[in-house]
Amino acid sequence: MTRLRVLLCRLTGWLRKGSLERDLDEELHFHLQLETAENVRKGMTSAQARTSALRRFGGVAQVKETYREAHGLPAIQLLWQDVRFGFRMMRRSPGLSLLVILCLTLGIGANAAVFSWIEGILLRPFPLVAHQERMMAMAGTNRGVAGLDDLSWPDFVDLQKNCTLFDTFIVDRIMGVTLAIGERAQRTTGSVVSANYFRALGVRPVLGRGFEPGEDFGRNAHPVTVIGYRMWQDRFRGDPGIIGKTQMLNGMPHTIVGVAPEGFYGTFVGWAMQFWVPTSMQEQFDPPTYKLGDRGARWIEGFAILKPGVTPAQAQAEISAVAKRLEVDYPATNRGCGIQLFPLWKTPFNNAGALLPTLGIALAVVVSVLLIACANVSNLLLVRAFGRRHEMTVRLAVGAGRGRLLKQLLTEGTILAIISAIGGMAMAHWCRNLLALLLPARAGVTMTLPGELDWRVLALSAGVCLISTLLFGLAPAIQASKIDLVSSLKADSAGVVGGRRRAAARSSLVVVQVALSFVLLVGAALLLESLRGMQNTSPGFSTRGVLTTGIDFRSAGYNAQRIKTFQDELIDRLQGLGGLQSAAFARTTPFSYGSYSSAEIAVDGYETAPDRQLTVEYNEVGPGYLATMGIPVVSGREFTRADNETAPLVAVVNEAMAAQYWRGQDPVGGRLQVKRRWMRVVGVAKMSKYRSLRETPKPFFYVPMRQSALGQALEVRTPLGPETIAKVLAREIHKLDANLAPSEVITMQEQVDRTTAVQRVAVTMLGVFGGLALLLAAIGLYGVMSYTVSQSTRELGLRMALGAGVPHLLRQVMSQGMALTAGGLALGAVASVALTRLIVGMLYGVTPRDPLAFGVAFVAMTMAAGIACFLPAWRAARTDPVRALRD
Amino acid sequence: MAHPLAHPMAKEKTDVLHGSLAFMVLRTLDTLGPQHGWGIARRIEQISGDALELNQGTLYPALLRLQQMGWIASKWGSSENHRRAKFYSITRAGRKQLAAEAENWERISGILARFRSQAGEAS
Repeated sequence: MTRLRVLLCRLTGWLRKGSLERDLDEELHFHLQLETAENVRKGMTSAQARTSALRRFGGVAQVKETYREAHGLPAIQLLWQDVRFGFRMMRRSPGLSLLVILCLTLGIGANAAVFSWIEGILLRPFPLVAHQERMMAMAGTNRGVAGLDDLSWPDFVDLQKNCTLFDTFIVDRIMGVTLAIGERAQRTTGSVVSANYFRALGVRPVLGRGFEPGEDFGRNAHPVTVIGYRMWQDRFRGDPGIIGKTQMLNGMPHTIVGVAPEGFYGTFVGWAMQFWVPTSMQEQFDPPTYKLGDRGARWIEGFAILKPGVTPAQAQAEISAVAKRLEVDYPATNRGCGIQLFPLWKTPFNNAGALLPTLGIALAVVVSVLLIACANVSNLLLVRAFGRRHEMTVRLAVGAGRGRLLKQLLTEGTILAIISAIGGMAMAHWCRNLLALLLPARAGVTMTLPGELDWRVLALSAGVCLISTLLFGLAPAIQASKIDLVSSLKADSAGVVGGRRRAAARSSLVVVQVALSFVLLVGAALLLESLRGMQNTSPGFSTRGVLTTGIDFRSAGYNAQRIKTFQDELIDRLQGLGGLQSAAFARTTPFSYGSYSSAEIAVDGYETAPDRQLTVEYNEVGPGYLATMGIPVVSGREFTRADNETAPLVAVVNEAMAAQYWRGQDPVGGRLQVKRRWMRVVGVAKMSKYRSLRETPKPFFYVPMRQSALGQALEVRTPLGPETIAKVLAREIHKLDANLAPSEVITMQEQVDRTTAVQRVAVTMLGVFGGLALLLAAIGLYGVMSYTVSQSTRELGLRMALGAGVPHLLRQVMSQGMALTAGGLALGAVASVALTRLIVGMLYGVTPRDPLAFGVAFVAMTMAAGIACFLPAWRAARTDPVRALRD
Repeated sequence: MAHPLAHPMAKEKTDVLHGSLAFMVLRTLDTLGPQHGWGIARRIEQISGDALELNQGTLYPALLRLQQMGWIASKWGSSENHRRAKFYSITRAGRKQLAAEAENWERISGILARFRSQAGEAS
């Protein structure tokens, strides 16, 4: 009750602050008058009486301050006062404040952006999906090696049946699909999912329903689909009566049973799915066979949802036990096959795993940039604190407590940090879709790599903001609290270049900045060198003058015979055209997402060590494929039309295979057994790369499409550009069959570049931030040097008056700045040697200690430092000795 | 917080015991009726026989706090020499508080007295 009363009093006191203040003045004045009068009556002179009265009273200012604290709401009031004062200080030096806010905005914004990417891509990648924290990606392992294998449907069903620690398992296998709407055929992406998909994810369709139990089994038994919100809006114009209508998917009508809610893009990080079909339709979308009854057919990518409280280790243990049992029960299909769970951010089969190292680097980089920015801000504030030393001293002298001063300084820091944090959040918001823009677009795929600015990211950013405030605000605050009243109230002592304790704090900040910037520059240089190295690496086929595309025969309902006829006719037509040198079909285009076939092989006269696998990958290609791709044939010949179903089986091996299995002898004429069929080697192809520029040479061979599986990829050798060829192809294909259309036509260069996209993102990121760090460090160095110079004008003037020349002064100041730089470089070099090892996985063709990268970073840093020091040095050298000494 | 200024006489005088100032103010107002600040200060010094180190200034924040607690009230009036002055008077709640505090101080000084006599026996 009393407390409430006090609070009310204080509140009204706060509101009538002015009148209370006047009252108090009057009251104190009255008091002192009475006391003085009393003293006079005791016999003092009036001056003595007044002094004595004042002494008995104590400090008037202190009493007023205590009184003020008591009659208002001190915490709020002081804060308000500090805030207002802080803003006034900001306005007084707008340039400096702007610089501080800019530095911090960049630092905090970059951090928030990267946090939001990590949250939105790695930690909680699936909007609208409940319990992502209990979700784990699931993939098969082959003899303990992860990432090569998927799961089979019967294995999946057994998991569902035998595991007790999981809420459920879901299947999600993405498919490129031809979508037919009216006359128009278009490629898009969708997923084949288990029937429990939507229910398990907690995603409720906005219209219609998800899949019913049982819809995921039975060969082509349930041609139903749930379409994405965007597809519903874009292609069906938000038709409210869409449920029950049919949609052609891969040449088969599907009934639309549901529309997914807005913002749900499926569960493939990076790509937005347009529709979903149940696993019963697998054959339609993942031909040529029906795989649901086949334990050997591994095609499922999926997720496990753990029961609450189950640890990943327990989950893995149970799943491994089940996999072990399956190995025993079904040795023919399951020997050596395990199942591994991955945290979502390590998912091996989508963009999360691919982006993980890049985002890791990004995180390290932005934290460094924030540190550099904080050091800079700290430096700038130290300079200002020094300028405000007089103000601080006076405040201390008239009775401000040191704690009060500290609070004031931290409040000022917090104001700057809050403004910057708001700016930083805006920056993060604008940057949230940046990653999708940095990655190359591909036709038929909608990229979504959104940053997620949820409360976790906001909280983390606020924490970062707080820590940085402490980091940069503390140094000036400590400085202020060390003010020695007496010596400070005397005139400012003139500075001397170098050799002062105060300068030491700022100098060490600069050394740290230079060191951090150096590390970032080395990293950027290393990645840039790797990227250049990759781009200069020949993949072993022509990247210029070769275009790649595909024709989806299966979704048009073609059987093998029709495909063969069509392919021959099309190739004939194309080769008759001017401007097209050659064209060939193949099953898999190098560097594409499509996988190669692989088989265990045997070679005449080659003894296999018992523990060694003889699995080799191969590609099924049409006649003239090697010539079209620009892969030279070193010995023998490549396939012709004559190598057809009726001809003897043939193969072309690559150089690595020849070297390994024929020990350098010409394998042409030798025999090779693939899947228990013997084939004659008719040629040797020069080495080339098959999946990525970074792969090491490995055995590989080619077989004729006609004697193996038919492919739908089409390679065209032509000097013309992709747009022209796309039109020509469309026209020629249309003449043969109006229902067929080529898919996206791109150059092989583009195809290769897509595999280095992640490196490119990393290089861009490190390049931009490395440059930024360089700039910040240069600003820091410039600030310290120009401040030192401005503080030692008198000394410089004296030196000049005593005969020091301009070159001498230049050298004096420059050498001091460069000494700091050298210290930073030395520290940075040591740190770089330790840290660059961490990105070794992203390097190609350079060691982490590459002298060129270190050299480039060294030169860049030294030049920036040179410029930053030269300007103040130049100013120092132009000091007017007369004025300097007089002032 | 205000620092007591260094004073050569400080050693001979006793600091105002924490919390006792309120009691002294309440007692003064109860005995003398409405008083202005200086009057209260003079009275406290008189009673203590000038043996108390009171920074007169500290009285004013104390008066404000007592008002906020509702134990005293203030009113502008006219002083002996016809000047505008603020007069403080004790309220009913203040009298109750005074009684409570008197009892409290009684107890404390009783306890202290016992300690003193004990110390006397020991020496």
